[in-house]
Amino acid sequence: MVEVAVIGMGYSGFSPSTPHLSFREMVYEAAKRAYIDAGDIDPRRDIDAFVSCQEDFWEGVSISDEFAPEQIGGVLKPVYTVAGDGLQCIASAVAMIKSGAFDVVAVEAHGKPSEISTLSDIVRFSFDPIYVRPLDLASIHALQAIEARAFMDSFNISKEALGLYVVMSRRNGLRSSRASHASEIDLDTYMKSDMVSDPLSEHDIAPFSDAAIVAVLASDTVARGYSDDLVWVRGVGFASDIYTYVFRDLSIDRSARIAADKAYKMAGIDSPKSLRNLVVELDERYSYKALQTLISIGLAGPDIARDLESGVFNRSGAIPVNPGGGALSEGVPLEAHGLARLLSGYEQLKGRAGSAQIDDAENAIIHGWRGFATATSSIVVLSR
Amino acid sequence: MGMFRLRGGTSLSDREFREIVKESSEPRARYSMTAGQAYSRFFEGLKNGVILGTVCDSCGMVFIPPKIYCPYCFRSVSRWVESSGEGKVFTAVASYISADVKPLDKPEIVAVIKLDVPGYRFDNYRFPGIMHRICNASDEDVKTQRIFDARVRARWLPKEKRTGSINDIECFEVV
Ligand SMILES: [Zn+2]
Repeated sequence: MVEVAVIGMGYSGFSPSTPHLSFREMVYEAAKRAYIDAGDIDPRRDIDAFVSCQEDFWEGVSISDEFAPEQIGGVLKPVYTVAGDGLQCIASAVAMIKSGAFDVVAVEAHGKPSEISTLSDIVRFSFDPIYVRPLDLASIHALQAIEARAFMDSFNISKEALGLYVVMSRRNGLRSSRASHASEIDLDTYMKSDMVSDPLSEHDIAPFSDAAIVAVLASDTVARGYSDDLVWVRGVGFASDIYTYVFRDLSIDRSARIAADKAYKMAGIDSPKSLRNLVVELDERYSYKALQTLISIGLAGPDIARDLESGVFNRSGAIPVNPGGGALSEGVPLEAHGLARLLSGYEQLKGRAGSAQIDDAENAIIHGWRGFATATSSIVVLSR
Repeated sequence: MGMFRLRGGTSLSDREFREIVKESSEPRARYSMTAGQAYSRFFEGLKNGVILGTVCDSCGMVFIPPKIYCPYCFRSVSRWVESSGEGKVFTAVASYISADVKPLDKPEIVAVIKLDVPGYRFDNYRFPGIMHRICNASDEDVKTQRIFDARVRARWLPKEKRTGSINDIECFEVV
């Protein structure tokens, strides 16, 4: 069976706005860095196919697929677009390589939310046009707040528990060069912050940022030719739950659970907690989502609040979560966020995470979610 | 509904269609997109009455409109170059109706122009070009294909009226 490795990654941006570069120029910069990281490969010669994760309404261009090839070196080569989070593109690339049809596949995702003048209206446009959109909800965060409340009620999780997570992750963000929104806050400040949509206050909701990220994946035979210090994709899974809220289990993220089960099975893992020197990179664009995910993917149980208090998820804990910060510190570059998590996990396993480095990091579980009102999740298991 | 005849069934009236539609919504979608390094300099050039491009020394391609990278070689471009503002018509069409389906008083002639860049030669597949109106050609010139390969030159708006837009070039004229 063909094994798949991540042989290079590169990025550009991670700032609240990027007025000096067009999205194409940003992606070019990220791609150039990824190809250098992969051993100075020439995409025109060495990459067989390309996958781009983007969404027309975020782009402001319809049929934006057509805009994907040139800035990644994909002109006149197989390129296609997945309307989804970057990790869904990783899943596609893994399948393409495992099929034997392609040896080297590049994955690209980017987001320039700073260029969307009516961002919350675009988010609203993703709501069910018959049942939800006409409600004209005051806050776009209400849909996630409903899920947050249902989750907190089912597991008896207090606002303080969310606060413990936010304080931890924001502090971790100070160690990352990509975390332009990082700042330290204490639990007291958190508890006193203004509510946006109860139970979510401003500190529970990640800001946006512009970024482009590119990853290069290769089959084992090709990858071993480039390096012997490789990061392997051991498992990958993704799933979507039903979109309509009333039909969905709001306490647990079943899409994340199924994605994780598939990824663990592929990786031959019985329990994710058994992975040695594990680092977890997950989507925390809403604080509660991080905790809900930890339970959904089997890294925590109903007593998660106690785990938080005892520091299990801290940098020095048994299961470090977002050890260099996550969306709350970096901001969310729309569909590129899953690749932002992959990038942090990749750097950890390469021993290149700088002051965010967790000593001897050996395995990483990467989680991606499509954000606002969606029920699509992906899980990738990496090992070195 | 009168445009096509249905066999069997009952066609819906306009009123009935309206009754079925339950919810309508209008996207409030506004964007302000960064032109980026290449296009910003290109539009700055138009303001000054020059059409700028970039060149890749590796394959010899000149990009108008410019890019900061060569998509064929996947490397940064080597330098900026100037077109003479002249070129020849690669292909052209005559349009008789407007975008909102109204007959035009005078057919609009639109062409893809293969631009001259002194010191460079191009084939008919990859070349620096621009799509623009041709102001002194008729639909007869298009129909007879007389316009093909015709030499054309940019007609610029007066400097004070230029805004850094593709419309700073009013049109191309056959010379
Ligand atoms: Zn070239």
